[in-house]
Amino acid sequence: MTTRLTGAPVQRTEDRRLLTGAGRFVDDVQVGPQTLHAAVLRSPHAHARIVDIDVDAVLDLEGVHLVWTHEDLAGVSAPLAEPLPLLIPHPALTHGRTQHALARDEVNHVGEAVAFVVADDRYVAEDAVARIRVTWEVLEPVVGLEQARAGERLVHDDVPGNVGARLEQGTADAEQMAAALEAAPHRLALDLEVERSACTPLEGRGTVARWDPDSDRLQVWTSTQTSTGVRAAVAARLGLDLGQVDVITPDVGGGFGVKINHPWPEELLVPAAARVLGRVVKFTEDRREHFVSSAHERGQLQHVEVGFDDEGRLLALDVEFWHDHGAYTPYGLIVPIITSTQLLGPYKPQLYRVVFESLYTNTTMVTPYRGAGRPQGCYAMERTMDAIAAHLGRDRTEVRAANFIQPDEFPYDQGLVFQDGRELEYDSGDYPALLEKAKALVGWDEFETFRAEMAAEGRRVGIGLACYVEGTGVGPYEGAHVHVETSGKVKVATGLTTQGQGHQTVFAQLVADELGCRFEDVEVVTGDTRRMPYAVGTFASRAAVMSGSAIHLAAKRTKEKALRIAADALEADEADLEIVEGSVRVKGSPGSAIDLGTVAVLSNPLRYAFDEASKAATQFSVGDPGRPPVAEDDEPGLEGKDFYSPERATFASGIHAVVVETDPDTAEVTILKYAVVHDCGTLVNPMIVEGQIHGGVAQGVAGALFERMAYDESGQLLNASFMDFLMPYVTEVPDGIDIDHQETPSPLNPLGIKGAGEAGVIPSAAVFAAAIEDAEGIRVTRMPMSPSDLFHLRTDQRQEPTS
Amino acid sequence: MSAEEPHEVHLVVNGTTYDVQVPARRLLSDALRHDLGLTGTHVGCEHGVCGACTVLLDGRPVRACLLLAVTVDGHEVTTVEGLAGPDGTLSAVQEGFRQCHGLQCGFCTPGFLTTVTAGLRENPDPTHEEAREMVAGNLCRCTGYQNIVRAVERAAELGREQA
Repeated sequence: MTTRLTGAPVQRTEDRRLLTGAGRFVDDVQVGPQTLHAAVLRSPHAHARIVDIDVDAVLDLEGVHLVWTHEDLAGVSAPLAEPLPLLIPHPALTHGRTQHALARDEVNHVGEAVAFVVADDRYVAEDAVARIRVTWEVLEPVVGLEQARAGERLVHDDVPGNVGARLEQGTADAEQMAAALEAAPHRLALDLEVERSACTPLEGRGTVARWDPDSDRLQVWTSTQTSTGVRAAVAARLGLDLGQVDVITPDVGGGFGVKINHPWPEELLVPAAARVLGRVVKFTEDRREHFVSSAHERGQLQHVEVGFDDEGRLLALDVEFWHDHGAYTPYGLIVPIITSTQLLGPYKPQLYRVVFESLYTNTTMVTPYRGAGRPQGCYAMERTMDAIAAHLGRDRTEVRAANFIQPDEFPYDQGLVFQDGRELEYDSGDYPALLEKAKALVGWDEFETFRAEMAAEGRRVGIGLACYVEGTGVGPYEGAHVHVETSGKVKVATGLTTQGQGHQTVFAQLVADELGCRFEDVEVVTGDTRRMPYAVGTFASRAAVMSGSAIHLAAKRTKEKALRIAADALEADEADLEIVEGSVRVKGSPGSAIDLGTVAVLSNPLRYAFDEASKAATQFSVGDPGRPPVAEDDEPGLEGKDFYSPERATFASGIHAVVVETDPDTAEVTILKYAVVHDCGTLVNPMIVEGQIHGGVAQGVAGALFERMAYDESGQLLNASFMDFLMPYVTEVPDGIDIDHQETPSPLNPLGIKGAGEAGVIPSAAVFAAAIEDAEGIRVTRMPMSPSDLFHLRTDQRQEPTS
Repeated sequence: MSAEEPHEVHLVVNGTTYDVQVPARRLLSDALRHDLGLTGTHVGCEHGVCGACTVLLDGRPVRACLLLAVTVDGHEVTTVEGLAGPDGTLSAVQEGFRQCHGLQCGFCTPGFLTTVTAGLRENPDPTHEEAREMVAGNLCRCTGYQNIVRAVERAAELGREQA
């Protein structure tokens, strides 16, 4: 009997290529002298009008093939000169603004694309960019949320107060909330702040395009999380039919959200240039470009007012926050909507009201970064929980437990509208059990003994804990196609992309389990619009839930067909058949069997015997001569295709806990222990899920202790390099992360899966703020917390080190 | 405007000699990738911080994005493509990374593999702390390094078994 693969730590099938240098990342495609290379002139100013652009000095440079400014775009294709699309419009986004592929009259952040050059190689293209002369009228920039809120300077002249959107929702209006706060036995107010960080995958953005005049088709390779979205955008903007554009996403060197936005200017300009020049054109972003011209996230100011009873139960929770969305809003309000709705975490306040303003600043735009708005929401809620516990003098875990949604209360409707426009209804979970696991794993109840021991040595330690839920597996849909070749090999295609999450392995596990084929015989292709043209993308921890479910359903259809054909061939009842190790056999009679490859032969009646397999499948040898070779309601081939479209998101959950030591002199924070308990429903591959947690925790540690976007008052990003933006090396992450799993399967999909990709990063700011506060005995309201931040905080709160 | 003056460079990469014509400013990383088609060496930052482009120069790890191709004329370079055996057998380091799930997207992996290959040659039996130190100059955004450190320790074990 075959062992079930779902739940097993199966080794990854994608690794061999990547370990031997045989991976194909976008810059590895079309390498050679025939390929031309693009470079982009980017704005040096945060806010300026373009008075004139002089490209004359570029035109006579040997090796330069093309120079475009905004003026040239309409001549290539009229829609190419229009502002880039606003991908997710929302009624509350009353003043949405997007950039042009090349700036028209004005630039709104350092790094905005201004001119585009194609040359023999990147060196010459950069030489050319350096020769372009722009006459600027420099304007005063708006940098930071406080300046944006003041509204004295405007990012966009026609957006009053820099307010792109204002959205309010909740289970109470302002009047009810005010009354409930007034009536509550206890009341607290908190002002909180989170700074910006960014995804910074090791591979930046990149696009390669080839126009094939013989077939009238455009081929685009791009490092994206959404191949089908890029395809649709390229077709629309270049005036091509969708059927003329293929988008192929090869290996992607990390995404973490930044590659969700599309199209980037270069994703349109590179294909357009390839078509105009009749040559392959490639753009590979460099590191500084990535910092200033892709996207950031996280920056928010928050104000929380909360009323609660003696047990710490939330009676009224009133939250207002201001979200920095940078210069443009191509991805709509997704990030602040998630903050506002996911803020509640595993808790059930009696009344909740949230209002946010999403504000323009003259800085790089903001689109989702792993966690997408949830870290900020978790930070607001968990800081509030800690504040309540401190106010009441109660244990922090008791206050949380008093507010948990109970296991028998699912599905639980929070009375809000989630990011996908659906009701915010949690599907399943068991938060009290998670808390027990977390306390045991981190040693919560024994911590005061440890603290005393450490204090005796003159050492200062603190413990923190933070809970979250994560809406994962959002719709609208994903699809899959499963095809059994006559060789018995099984080809699987799904349209969403992969950025290192082990999709080839996980999806092959699901197919092998459902279809009964050998795991080794399954080959999975992702993100290639030629193989699956209907897809959404890889973000919001949705791949396993969405494509996993679609693949499971497609494999099921394939199996049904295989059993039907095999039943005929074996003269047996379908109900008596099983598929084991790629062979359809009569249960209890293994001698009576037929290989899946042979079933594939039988499924496709042929006219021509072009090889041995097809010889067996000609119309003279297959089927009943009294009936048509392909029945009216059937199709040739052993294939199955299906789509999965959920009613609403699934809700993963978890708790992180950390023990830190703070240095009394240097104010450095050392992580002594990091513990994660989580519930992502059915675990398909625990090795891969743990890998996702490890990576998420590292990014969370980075965001809590190191990473920030250091803008100066003129809107220059001062740390736009890996030398200055402090991404963690191995020396900055915990040496060991303790993990405990819990599985409450989701009732919303056939496999019971919830997503796991982002959870590792969600509670980080909250959990470190709590632990540092606990170690230092001073209030922490602003993250990240560098040693100098902590040093100044000590000084400000007059808590000088005592050692 | 005239094209830049080309320089002839003899590169011995993974045991094969290549003669290429490159301008003086061509980076070794670009020469390997674009002139020789050895795309396993990746460029993550072009300022020597991330380590994705690490190759072995006469056996020692160097950042290929900080070296000009003309300066390594006649030297031996080993890239990730040169780590497996001639029959395709993974090296102990590659095998360690495979077994321990020491990679996710795989973009930084070639730099880790070359770095650890050199590190374990120098110190075949590292302590846990030394294994961490061995990879402390390379950035990975996916794995959180937990499994990379395990991979180094496993590679050391495999290396000792093979010795």
